[in-house]
Amino acid sequence: MLSRTAENLYWLARYVERAEYIARTIDATLRVTALPAAYIGKTNEWESALLTAGVSASFYEVYPEATEQNVVEYLAFSPANPSSIKNCIEAARLNSRSVRTALTSEMWDTINSAWIELQEVWGKGRSSREELARFLRFVQETSLRFDGSAYRTMLRNDAYWFSRLGLHLERADNTARILDVKYHVLLPEEEHVGGPLDYYQWTSILRSVSALTAYHWVYRETLKPWLIADLLILNDTLPRSLASCYSNLVRNLDQIGVAYGRQGASQRHARGVRNRLEHSHMDDIFQHGVHEFIQEFIADNSRLGEIITKQYLI
Amino acid sequence: MAVAFDEMNGPGGDLRPAYRELSRWLKETSPDALEYRRQEAELLFRRIGITFAVYGDAEAQERLIPFDVIPRIMSAKEWAVLEKGLKQRVRALNMFLRDIYHGRDILRANIIPDDLVFQNPVFRPEMNGQSVPHDVYVHIAGIDIVRVDADNFIVLEDNARTPSGVSYMLENREIMMRLFPDLFARHRVAPVERYPDELLSALRSVAPHSASAEPTVALMTPGVYNSAYYEHSFLADKLGIELVEGRDLIVKNNEVFMRTTEGLKRVDVIYRRVDDDFLDPLTFRPDSALGVPGLMSAYAAGNITLANAVGTGIADDKAIYSYMPEVVKFYLGEEPILKNVPTWRCREPKDLSYVLDNLSELVVKEVHGSGGYGMLIGPAATKATIEAFRDKLKREPEGFIAQPTLALSTCPTCTASGLAPRHVDLRPFVLTGSKHVTIVPGGLTRVALKEGSLVVNSSQGGGTKDTWILDE
Repeated sequence: MLSRTAENLYWLARYVERAEYIARTIDATLRVTALPAAYIGKTNEWESALLTAGVSASFYEVYPEATEQNVVEYLAFSPANPSSIKNCIEAARLNSRSVRTALTSEMWDTINSAWIELQEVWGKGRSSREELARFLRFVQETSLRFDGSAYRTMLRNDAYWFSRLGLHLERADNTARILDVKYHVLLPEEEHVGGPLDYYQWTSILRSVSALTAYHWVYRETLKPWLIADLLILNDTLPRSLASCYSNLVRNLDQIGVAYGRQGASQRHARGVRNRLEHSHMDDIFQHGVHEFIQEFIADNSRLGEIITKQYLI
Repeated sequence: MAVAFDEMNGPGGDLRPAYRELSRWLKETSPDALEYRRQEAELLFRRIGITFAVYGDAEAQERLIPFDVIPRIMSAKEWAVLEKGLKQRVRALNMFLRDIYHGRDILRANIIPDDLVFQNPVFRPEMNGQSVPHDVYVHIAGIDIVRVDADNFIVLEDNARTPSGVSYMLENREIMMRLFPDLFARHRVAPVERYPDELLSALRSVAPHSASAEPTVALMTPGVYNSAYYEHSFLADKLGIELVEGRDLIVKNNEVFMRTTEGLKRVDVIYRRVDDDFLDPLTFRPDSALGVPGLMSAYAAGNITLANAVGTGIADDKAIYSYMPEVVKFYLGEEPILKNVPTWRCREPKDLSYVLDNLSELVVKEVHGSGGYGMLIGPAATKATIEAFRDKLKREPEGFIAQPTLALSTCPTCTASGLAPRHVDLRPFVLTGSKHVTIVPGGLTRVALKEGSLVVNSSQGGGTKDTWILDE
């Protein structure tokens, strides 16, 4: 297929995944900030929402203060934020238009309808909390529909695999970013705290990767920070864990390699990251420093993006 | 101006046979039901994303072309005449182009004056003496036809460069079949859906000799911001070929390749929807970022087929148009089946004096103008405008042609106050491959939605209709 088509499919999936992630971040932050101050401490949760979205620096070029109003506006609707939900959906539609021939009509319909709704219903932003909640649901449903229609209707060929690469790379990045910002509340030393303060931080983390229920099914335990870290980093059964993302990345890259009869740098690199995750234990990670581990992962992950681009997309 | 011929209710208000079922159906269908389906059609168009862009209009960068749900209907007999005439005309266009860029018999026979060709900006000296695969220049032609009475179809314009609109022909039919299955069941409408297949086989048939047995065809678009982008992606999809932009292509050793995830892949035929000027910055406009450097040298080396060929503009130019009846006779030795609009060439003194005497009844057009600019519509112009135009004409008569204002036929159309006649034209699409000229039965009917208006252009509020050729 055309390199440009593969690139568009890859980015299309990334934008949709990012939009959903930002929506879930806002949603989780709204829940946590609705609690009385005694339950969440003095940290500014909107500040960390900006950090997990990776747009903190650019935010302060536009706004003086990380209030709910400002952050929600910036993350959801601002044209000035390249990763705002609105911009993600617009970029997704532009990418879709460029590769219409590679999309199934169901995928196109999902993105195009979302784009139309964005213009017609959400063009003026939102005025109430209920409206915001509806908007966030709409974004998450769009992502689900898109993902589902890709899964159910696309031929299993390179177009599908490049689209999946974008999805899993973006997803790995998002999960890693939450961990990067929140790692301190997961450190075992703070276990003794165990009070409501951390408890709500933990649920918030799990909620933003839609893993709150999953946690209980996997561990059948009350929330323990090291188990949360284990779930998000090493548990292959959780779709948003780093391990699961890399299983998928390795598989999709292998499928491309087989179809093209050639392996390359991206297959090697992805396998390297996957192997490291497979052979790690949470104890070792804590011992060597969660923060360092996550930061290294984020760098490795974005390196994979560069290698894929060089090998296939240009 | 004469009273317009209505295609449903002919002269004297007699229902014409092709419309008998439709008329009966319209009587059974309530205006509300019709309006409901009209809204449904609009929703479908928007959801599918069948839009066109309006340049410089930030508010509505993507617009829908209004779709009228009342079909325009022609009998098989009427179509047979049209079809024959269209094939004849397109054959002549191709022979004319081959001649203009080679032997120029037609100029030596003094049928067309030399300067009309050589001083014409759309004439491409780069094409002199260059052979194109299978001698086909115009692979896809869109011939604009108007009807003035029961028997006469007239060619308004030949489009031999990158004619658009065929996606509307196909999508209009799809949507009509979805919305009005009952109406289809009562007619035998000739299908149009094989157009993509015929287009693909025409394109493959003209692959260069250096191509493999399975030639690779690609559709080249200026990109997503082009007004016809939807059509480009739609066609590429239906044809199952790659939709490429200039940046996806690269020329090496006079061969054209596309950049794919598996490396470079040779392309043999490019159905290009990019104008000549933007094809190759090394040959044409150096500032063009849409083109492919070196494409023209690969073309000259005979390693790529461009459809349509470069330089076809000389065949659909307004100045040449008036000679088309002579062109048909010259190459084919046949009488032209389709008439031209009578045209006075102001460069000829006799014609000029007639035009000057009848300015208030004529349409005067600039020879190289397009899009309705620099045009005088006599019956609608003020005295002062006419006098100003008279001076222009006297100063530079060779820059103008004049035509009578035509009474375009009308078809029943949905309007705010119920069904009413509106003026229509028709653009059928004629395909030329290495061996055959083919046309799917139908075309794009454009309708001027404003009462009395003759302007069918989509950029000026025109709409479209599904065109039915009854299979008897």
